Amino acid sequence: MTYGVKLRVGGDFACFSRPELKVERVSYDVITPSAARGIIEAIHWKPAIRWIVRRIHVLKPIRFTSIRRNEVGQKASVPVIRRAMKAGTTAGLGLVADAHRQQRAASVLVDVDYVIEAEFAMTARAGPDDNPGKHLDSFNRRARKGQCFHRPCLGAREFDARFRLVEPDEPLPAAIPEDRSLGLMLYDIDHDGDRSSLFFRAEMRQGVIEVPHPDSPEVLR
Amino acid sequence: AHTPINDDPRQPIRIHAGNLPRIDQETQHGLVSDVSLKRKVRNYTELAKGSEPGFRIYVQESSVLNDRHREAYVALRPEDEKAKTAAKLNPKGDEEARALQAFMCGNFYDVRTFGAVMSTGINCGQVRGPVQLTFARSIDPIVPQEISITRMAATNEKEKAAREEGADEERHDNRTMGRKHIVPYGLYRAHGFVSAKLAERTGFSEADLDFLWETLEQMFEHDRSAARGEMTTRKLVVFRHDSALGKAHAHDLFDRVRVARRNGAGEAPRRFEDYEVTLDRADLPAGHAIYC
Repeated sequence: MTYGVKLRVGGDFACFSRPELKVERVSYDVITPSAARGIIEAIHWKPAIRWIVRRIHVLKPIRFTSIRRNEVGQKASVPVIRRAMKAGTTAGLGLVADAHRQQRAASVLVDVDYVIEAEFAMTARAGPDDNPGKHLDSFNRRARKGQCFHRPCLGAREFDARFRLVEPDEPLPAAIPEDRSLGLMLYDIDHDGDRSSLFFRAEMRQGVIEVPHPDSPEVLR
Repeated sequence: AHTPINDDPRQPIRIHAGNLPRIDQETQHGLVSDVSLKRKVRNYTELAKGSEPGFRIYVQESSVLNDRHREAYVALRPEDEKAKTAAKLNPKGDEEARALQAFMCGNFYDVRTFGAVMSTGINCGQVRGPVQLTFARSIDPIVPQEISITRMAATNEKEKAAREEGADEERHDNRTMGRKHIVPYGLYRAHGFVSAKLAERTGFSEADLDFLWETLEQMFEHDRSAARGEMTTRKLVVFRHDSALGKAHAHDLFDRVRVARRNGAGEAPRRFEDYEVTLDRADLPAGHAIYC
């Protein structure tokens, strides 16, 4: 038994980076199931439940823009931090922006608006007081009030997501009347397994993308 | 009204061009990127806090390296030791990752505020900071102007010689021409978020938060340069929820801050007084405080 929710999310910009184009980020045409799950989880999640995105409605035309920014091309290195901890000093631990500067362009989506339909299932970590009704209420209550655990974003944190609960009996807003084959798209990361990327063939029919169930053979491992 | 410059919606339009001010080419509104604002927060922190323990800046600008004198830190605090023993069920990698993250959050203000990506070697994952800044956008379309400037000197001898040779009767000097792009006036508005639940995880404290407000108000005061002209923070509106999860939709709160033009619509805005900023406090959900 699963329990469904509907959430409307949108924003000025969005970047659902394609994993194959990483240095200069290029967004997918639409939100990925994994990003949609992240938005839902930003509102309510507990280890007892697992969110599954079932359908994505695209409400606005797919448009791109390009943004170039100065970024740093390095991450905090574990061995260096470990050395600093041992030495008891933060000397030399910083990252020098000028020395590691990279100018990167990102092709991002502009003015996006989606309805995400998702459901959750109980996991093996559910305790005796984890009944599905409680989690469903929790999610709906928070989303209705605008509460969130952390601010959801549209692929990257600088692109904040506005969200609004679509009430269970509320009619869905119209999706764009467009069919488009979106090709092979990231489905999610296999966090329970080896953290490999999962893909699926995304088809948009009249603005609606049906997302396969994670256990279905349509999810490519 | 404006005409979008790209007819094909799939064709990317560009928000950058040389050193021109960033513009949303569809609407001609000016943009300031999130990373630009965060850089200013970091720079102000370095200026204001110096080498105060716990206020190091992880992503530094090299210019400040010289005047750094580093003092020693106690690498791990007693609390972290406790956290280590409590988390015995976790594999060694995770445990160490947590200690490393705690060390970074404890020492670096920007890591505890904005987060950082810590990987390579053992993947420590990411520290997700509580503070999230978005792109700032100008209230009205901006019209950048290109100003030609001259320098009364040549870059090098060769250039000087070449120029003297080519100089005719009208212009016999060794000036170098340059260009400057300016925005005559623009009032930009940025939205930000502070997630209390993430603050708990990184140790971002109430004092850190107060310091952030100070930073946002002061950051342009110490970022003067030839390129930037006179920038200043005009108004900082803080919505404070009395619940860690929030008490209202962020966009509803943002909508309460309205910026209207005071001078005529046909006139170009040239000063802050040409705008009227109002804050709608009507029917504010319970459990809210607004600081201006």
